[in-house]
Amino acid sequence: MALFQRKRRNILPGFGLSMGYTVFYLSAIVIVPLSMIFFNTIPMGWEPFVHAVTAPRVLASYTLSFYTAFFAALFDAFAGLLTAWVLVRYRFPGKQFLDALVDLPFALPTAVAGICFATLYSPVGWLGQLLAPLNLQIINTPTGIIIALIFIGFPFVVRTIQPVLEEMEQEIEEAAHCLGATRWQTFTKILLPHLFPALLTGVTLAFARGIGEYGSVIFIAGNLPMKTEIAPLMIMSKLDQFDYAGASAVALVLLCISFSMLLLLNAVQEWQQKEYRS
Amino acid sequence: MGIELQNINKTFGEYKAIDNLSLSIPSGDLIALLGPSGCGKTTLLRIIAGLELADSGKIILENKDTTNLPPREKNVGFVFQHYALFRRLTVFENVAFGLKVLPFRERPPKKEIRDRVEHLLKLVQMDWALNRFPSQLSGGQRQRVALARALAVNPRVLLLDEPFSALDAKVRQELRRWLRKLHDEIHVTSIFVTHDQEEALELADKIVVINKGRIEQQGTPQEVYDHPANAFVYNFLGNVNVFHGRIHNGKVSLGAHHLDAPDDLKNVEEKTSQTFVRPHEIGISRIRSNDNDLEGTIREVRLQGGQIGLNIECEGLDSPIEAEVPRELFVNLQLAKGVQVFVTINRVRVFTGDYEI
Repeated sequence: MALFQRKRRNILPGFGLSMGYTVFYLSAIVIVPLSMIFFNTIPMGWEPFVHAVTAPRVLASYTLSFYTAFFAALFDAFAGLLTAWVLVRYRFPGKQFLDALVDLPFALPTAVAGICFATLYSPVGWLGQLLAPLNLQIINTPTGIIIALIFIGFPFVVRTIQPVLEEMEQEIEEAAHCLGATRWQTFTKILLPHLFPALLTGVTLAFARGIGEYGSVIFIAGNLPMKTEIAPLMIMSKLDQFDYAGASAVALVLLCISFSMLLLLNAVQEWQQKEYRS
Repeated sequence: MGIELQNINKTFGEYKAIDNLSLSIPSGDLIALLGPSGCGKTTLLRIIAGLELADSGKIILENKDTTNLPPREKNVGFVFQHYALFRRLTVFENVAFGLKVLPFRERPPKKEIRDRVEHLLKLVQMDWALNRFPSQLSGGQRQRVALARALAVNPRVLLLDEPFSALDAKVRQELRRWLRKLHDEIHVTSIFVTHDQEEALELADKIVVINKGRIEQQGTPQEVYDHPANAFVYNFLGNVNVFHGRIHNGKVSLGAHHLDAPDDLKNVEEKTSQTFVRPHEIGISRIRSNDNDLEGTIREVRLQGGQIGLNIECEGLDSPIEAEVPRELFVNLQLAKGVQVFVTINRVRVFTGDYEI
């Protein structure tokens, strides 16, 4: 009976098959591997677990990871929006080239990016050289980590905003201009609200990526205890010391925080969409 | 003058969209810019609004030269073909937008904005939808909101770019009549662009027929329909039968037949000509009433509401004739496919010289 009802409501065929595949896929690729973190942690017991994840060095690494990822994502929001805008709205020679360049952080091995940054910003590097007299140190500081994460998260923002911007009719902006809006008013009152869901998605992706990023960061971060150790590095160093339980404990906490933040952002988005669609 | 355009030119690359066009429109008129697609009518409208820059020429709106003003200083109400409503704003906020973006000193107080928006929405009969979002409205409703939004800023002139063409036939007709009524109430100088001659004839005080960036004719719907200035206008303003032939010593050839040429062409000795006959200016009978009647066979019968369309193959003509007869006559004469009839041509328009659409 219930089966018939579902069949009548669903005009698109293949719901059973595709849903089954989705569940299987998510289980095999996401849930089962990740649950290993959970099962590896259990034998540890509560006390050692709490001890492992509240060690000052670990706590400092969580804080560092989250705030660097946050600021990097925030910066990407501006830079990505601007880049998407330029790529969609203007025609200029080399546009294709620039467009392809955006995806490079996706393709490049992150360690390569990390080494590039470290070389560039080292006191004898091209940029580090210029900044050294100003007493500005990038390498071995959270600023360096943020720079690496900006690089990593950038394409996420550009690629989520681009299609929405492309789809948006120019007429909407023209209508705003005809009604007397300045460019700034058109941007803040019309364009930005329109792009906001996509922007939020892009920033969320960049943020999530930033929390988990390892390769590009460790070269520029310097990995000073309590100062520039990111959470993924804590996990790696515990693994190096064959402290598998400790590593999975740190990973579990990282996972829980990340997942709840992603859930929250998705909820915000859902709520945003619902308001004007229904 | 409400709107005065002087020698407007606009080219896109090689293509001349507007060709030295001048036009004056008295204040308070409702004008139709009528022409086939690609004739430059939308470009002209966008130039008036400042959304497109003319290469040369002057635009004077309500006695103020606005040629070089950006769109937001022109104070022009623009209604787009696809509504262009702000999706993330409610109907109220959409209409209030033009007032809320005014500089602080000119901005009316909140209460006044609310009153004005409510008044406008009542005017367009959308006051019940204050807090809805555009996606919750039908096409006709959206266009009415768009109209209220354009009127909110007290525009000097109102410009409508094919405002009804995205709507279905019934709603289109309703909105047309409603817009005419609305215009009689508010009297803002308005131009609407259309490619639908029926819409132009029904709605406008004056029609401006445009082709290839030039004005072919302007005048009241009556004038333009009854006295088309040239073959293009005649052809564009409704269905028509076209016969290519020659004028020879006061006679116009119509295939193998010859008709008396109109008075103004009586003295033409020899010239190529096009003869135009509207489908409703053709008489149909079962018996020959006149020596000039053509004999033919009905090939096709089409129902067109109160009228019946007939496709008649006549002897001596290369192409079949389209005729329209009232349903009553159709029944009385017992017309049907394959029936032999006599065709009387009651009124012809003859244009000499070559012309192409």
